[in-house]
Amino acid sequence: MGTIYVDGKPYEADAKQNLLHACLSLGFDLPYFCWHAALGSVGACRQCAVKEFKDEKDTKGKLVMACMTPAKEETRISIHDPEAVAFRAAIVEGMMLNHPHDCPVCDVGGECHLQDMTVMTGHDYRRTRFEKRTFRNQYLGPFLYHEMNRCIQCYRCVRFYREYAGGNDLNAFGIKNTVYFGRSEDGVLENEFAGNLVEICPTGVFTDKTLRRHYTRKWDLRMAPAICGHCGAGCNITIGERYGLLRRVLTRFNSEVNGYFLCDRGRYGYEFVNSEYRIRAARLDGQPIPADGAAQKLKSLVSGGKAIGIGSPRASLEANFALRTLVGKDRFFAGVADDQWQVITAMVRILQTGPARSASLHDIELSDAVLILGEDVTNSSPRMALNLRQAVRQQPFEIAGKLHIPLWMDDAVREAVQGVKGPLFIAAPGPTRLDDVATKTYRAAPEDVARLGFAVAHEVDPAAPEVLDLPSELRDLVRIIAGALKSAKRPVVISGPSCRTESVIQCAANVAKALCDTGRPAALGFIAPECNSFGLALIEARPLSEAFQVAEDGDSETLIILENDLYRRIPHEFVDGFLGAVKHVIVLDHLSNDTTARAELLLPAGTFAESDGTLISSEGRAQRFFPVFAQQTDVRESWRWLGDPTWSTLDDLLAALAQALPQLAPAVKAAPSSKFRMAGAKIPREPHRYSGLTSITANISVVEPKPPDDPDSALAFSMEGTPDQPPGALQPFFWSPGWNSIQAVNKFQNEIGDEIRGGDPGVRLFESLQSGAYFTTIPAAFARREAEWLVVPIEHIFGSEELSLRAPAVAELAPAPYLAVNAGDAASLHMEEPGGEVEIDLGSIKHRLPLKIVRELPGGIAGIPAGLTPARGAELPAWCRISKAP
Amino acid sequence: MTLEKPLTKDIPADGRALDLGGYERVGGYQALRKALRDMTPQKVQEEVKNSGLRGRGGAGFSTGLKWSFTPMGADAPRPKYVIANADEMEPGTFKDRHLMEGNPHQLIEGLILTAYANQADIAYIFIRGEYKFSEERLARAVTEAYAAGYLGKNILGSGYGLEMYLHVSAGRYMCGEETGLLNALEGKRANPRAKPPFPQVSGLWGKPTIVNNVETLANVPHIINHGAAWFQSLSHTKDAGTKLYGASGKVKRPGLWELPMGTTMREILEEHAGGMREGLEFRGALPGGASTDFLVPQHLDVPMDFTEVQQAGSRLGTGTMVVLDDKTCPVGMVSNLIHFFAQESCGWCTPCWSGLNWAKQILKALEDGEGKSGDLEKLEFQAKFWAPGHTFCALAPGAAEPLQSALKYFRDDFERHIQDQCCAFQRR
Repeated sequence: MGTIYVDGKPYEADAKQNLLHACLSLGFDLPYFCWHAALGSVGACRQCAVKEFKDEKDTKGKLVMACMTPAKEETRISIHDPEAVAFRAAIVEGMMLNHPHDCPVCDVGGECHLQDMTVMTGHDYRRTRFEKRTFRNQYLGPFLYHEMNRCIQCYRCVRFYREYAGGNDLNAFGIKNTVYFGRSEDGVLENEFAGNLVEICPTGVFTDKTLRRHYTRKWDLRMAPAICGHCGAGCNITIGERYGLLRRVLTRFNSEVNGYFLCDRGRYGYEFVNSEYRIRAARLDGQPIPADGAAQKLKSLVSGGKAIGIGSPRASLEANFALRTLVGKDRFFAGVADDQWQVITAMVRILQTGPARSASLHDIELSDAVLILGEDVTNSSPRMALNLRQAVRQQPFEIAGKLHIPLWMDDAVREAVQGVKGPLFIAAPGPTRLDDVATKTYRAAPEDVARLGFAVAHEVDPAAPEVLDLPSELRDLVRIIAGALKSAKRPVVISGPSCRTESVIQCAANVAKALCDTGRPAALGFIAPECNSFGLALIEARPLSEAFQVAEDGDSETLIILENDLYRRIPHEFVDGFLGAVKHVIVLDHLSNDTTARAELLLPAGTFAESDGTLISSEGRAQRFFPVFAQQTDVRESWRWLGDPTWSTLDDLLAALAQALPQLAPAVKAAPSSKFRMAGAKIPREPHRYSGLTSITANISVVEPKPPDDPDSALAFSMEGTPDQPPGALQPFFWSPGWNSIQAVNKFQNEIGDEIRGGDPGVRLFESLQSGAYFTTIPAAFARREAEWLVVPIEHIFGSEELSLRAPAVAELAPAPYLAVNAGDAASLHMEEPGGEVEIDLGSIKHRLPLKIVRELPGGIAGIPAGLTPARGAELPAWCRISKAP
Repeated sequence: MTLEKPLTKDIPADGRALDLGGYERVGGYQALRKALRDMTPQKVQEEVKNSGLRGRGGAGFSTGLKWSFTPMGADAPRPKYVIANADEMEPGTFKDRHLMEGNPHQLIEGLILTAYANQADIAYIFIRGEYKFSEERLARAVTEAYAAGYLGKNILGSGYGLEMYLHVSAGRYMCGEETGLLNALEGKRANPRAKPPFPQVSGLWGKPTIVNNVETLANVPHIINHGAAWFQSLSHTKDAGTKLYGASGKVKRPGLWELPMGTTMREILEEHAGGMREGLEFRGALPGGASTDFLVPQHLDVPMDFTEVQQAGSRLGTGTMVVLDDKTCPVGMVSNLIHFFAQESCGWCTPCWSGLNWAKQILKALEDGEGKSGDLEKLEFQAKFWAPGHTFCALAPGAAEPLQSALKYFRDDFERHIQDQCCAFQRR
């Protein structure tokens, strides 16, 4: 820290930062466009000009761009200098020469950074009489709407898309005042993070196409803090509702988790909440019944004491705990196939005993050497892939450091570093979307991936078990990987459930332990397959197969299935048998599916947008989400349907949870309780400009109704409350005077780009104990079989996850079913030509699938898309016969 | 006293290029032999620094000083690069073309010496796409130089090696800007880069890089051959050496002349260019290409060097003047220039891509007889708006120079365009 002088007054500022960063951190309103806290400075827009003075005596000064000037000790600047003020207004004037001024019909009108900056600079009169330039817009796929005429040429879109997110099909074309930001031709944007352009673009060039279908202004949205449920990463989101429809998802900044960005599955998966397949009323034998009657029926079916409960990795801790409490802890089972459950519980056990620190996404971003074992991260935990793309920049930053280039000078750093990337190794059964930044890749069957991991651990620490019969070419790779990890300052090992193989998890733990035991602070980044997989594991459920046993033994009359489509988890014949073995099937869920179709009593469960609850992320971070909808129909939180009658609010449930499961006690503190107040009031979910006000029902009665009550949280379904900043976990939206766009987040951080004032939301449950022994069971090497293939699931960001697949925009990008093998294997099937179909014996059924040739797949391995038929419900990996379809 | 013309004296009068044999006969590559044999790289740098050579591309920065920022020694990042900026695209400027077409080896030798002085491993000649003759002749000369052992590994048995490549620009004004050139060479958009870091520290492919203009480089062999003191003695003024001066516009003999640095504009115009064509009066000139301020009759006796022209309110630039006569509309001339600059803006920084286009629109309206009161104030505002430091690179500040000076010296013409709602010169 050092002292800088702004308009004559001294302030403390980080000398390693630039003046724009410093001024924003100090709370000054200094306008900008091309700069972004996550993207750094490039000096293109010239909007953040300030007057800099050489010393105390200098009264003349000169204009400098704050974003390009270091905030070094004794820097003297003026923001209010008349020349600087006039210059900043002229910049906006220049941008507005061609801007269409179509705010009333623009989707970002009212939350537009360009509007805010225009007002901030005071430019208010159009002095030109000439024509504006006109562009043709492009079709960019189901997520983004393109309106190039609004463009102000700040270059943020291409910088984010290409340099930050690794995409290459969006570019800047042409020169002068007609630079075109788009694709070379119309088409779906290929990058999985394209949706962030909605927030990256300072105006309305890239807008949310799903929002457009049910458009609402920001000021008309009721908003709530939520947690994304479409993978285990636990990204923080802001959700917005109006008139009973969920309208959109925006990033809710959390420096430890998702920072400024989301993946497109997380941003666009929300529309399942509005689905026509929603279950909005209770049903008994298919007939709608009132909620009271349904609750009564539930009570009577459970009262015999012979009920068993199936939990869910996509339901909250609270919902799972309520079910567990209702049926008894010995009669509560994991709603996950046993092999998958084994992998999940293994990860949780490892993190609990902790050979290494559980890595947050932020930790992963700062890692300077990465080993990924068994995962195509972009498709299994997408947001993490964006962090990994930044991690490969960490080691090359040293090049820039040696040249004394500050790291915020983005273009200069990239020029100095050129294409140099830090070490990142990927061992996985197939190609991955991070291969383009990988130092080396190794494609192999799950057991061979595990063997590589075990061998690396041994290479790092000879005390770790040795893999004896490793081929010599692999030994070189092992040495290279171990060498890179050993020489790193902050190495991280990533693994997860995609291989559905416990040894892959164990070998990752061994590598992390080996690094830690030999004095290197390694972190372990496990991937939870679903949003609350780790929460379910911590609740101590019994394996699912044991539930089948209980049912088969006739020891259960009533089966309660919580937010879970068992047909996605296990082969349908097992589910059929299981459901047939009990008298009564009760299902709680929010979308109709094959399991809800089998329910005698079907209870309408709230989605994340209608519920309070807590999720445990991959990192082991307990995070709370809150409903954005006030209860209007019979839909209610699962925990409320199932909950103990003595729990009148969520706080009561959480108190019981903390008592019953001490390992989860810290999760209670994921957010303040329902008693929390600011200035004596709850925190409003609606912005102060909410135009519906309380007259929204005036067509029915002009008498103002009482706002709906929310007994479970400190949030109110109201626009009334203090404008002060609430604790991060309760932040319903980012909005600040003069800052109407998402950029308002600046006003909620202590230091720009750093944590939310008062601390980032969430509570970490796992801290490394530096304990646990090495795993010693090393699997045998993969041996391919004659005429059979080991079929593995291939994760797809769009398609493999259950709920987002029910959102139309995401479903549009889901792959058609296929079976992938390499070219040699295709030849052995006599299918050299593309376009043919194969038959595969999977489970008891023969499936016919188009053949896809994937060069990178190892011989003897076949892949089918995870979560989609025929992988849906199948036990994978599995040895299958495959033949050319007749 | 016969004037010394080191740069042009050996250029054949018949329009052909001096080949390797011809160049060697007039002492070519002797400087390289001398440097490799007798001089350390530091000594070459020192000699050039002492000579007072200033960059002939337009900025006039001390060449020796520029080189002194190159990291030297065993720890220096490798490879290091030197680049000849042969992307001569400044309107009205054609001096480098003359040197490349007439004596390509002189440039090559200068580039090799520069590479040696900076211990560079790779040299590029970045040449304007339209310069077909220069390209062909340089390509042949590079091949000859390789064959003769002046390029490649172990040059003349010295142990020093250099690879040289000729790169033909795809063609944009921005490619001639030092850092835009680097991006273009890397295959990227020819946007300029932020400075610092300067190319000497992080240039082509992130490595130390020296970029010098063709005329600058052509001087280097002569400085090494004859020494810094000789080079200083060539000039009339404090800025050393000779200078290729040019004149275009309605003069009797438009052309290019190598003269002592500091020759006056009057001498160039009257003695060398033969004065104005019959019936025309001199109204002003852009002394060093399109991006310099107008000088007017009162400045005719200003010695044309970096220091003096700057004191007169303009810049020497490339030293090739564009002359304005009394029958040509200054508004039309400036409109044409601003149109050029607006067209060539890379689109990176707002004052440039936005402001230039607006100024272009206003100037066109003036010429079309659609000027409005307030237009001149807007033009004046824009010219100030494009000041150095306000923009990312020197393109827009350069564009501001003819505009602001025309508004100063020819304001009546601008005002008449608005009053009369037409261009008086066109009506005639």
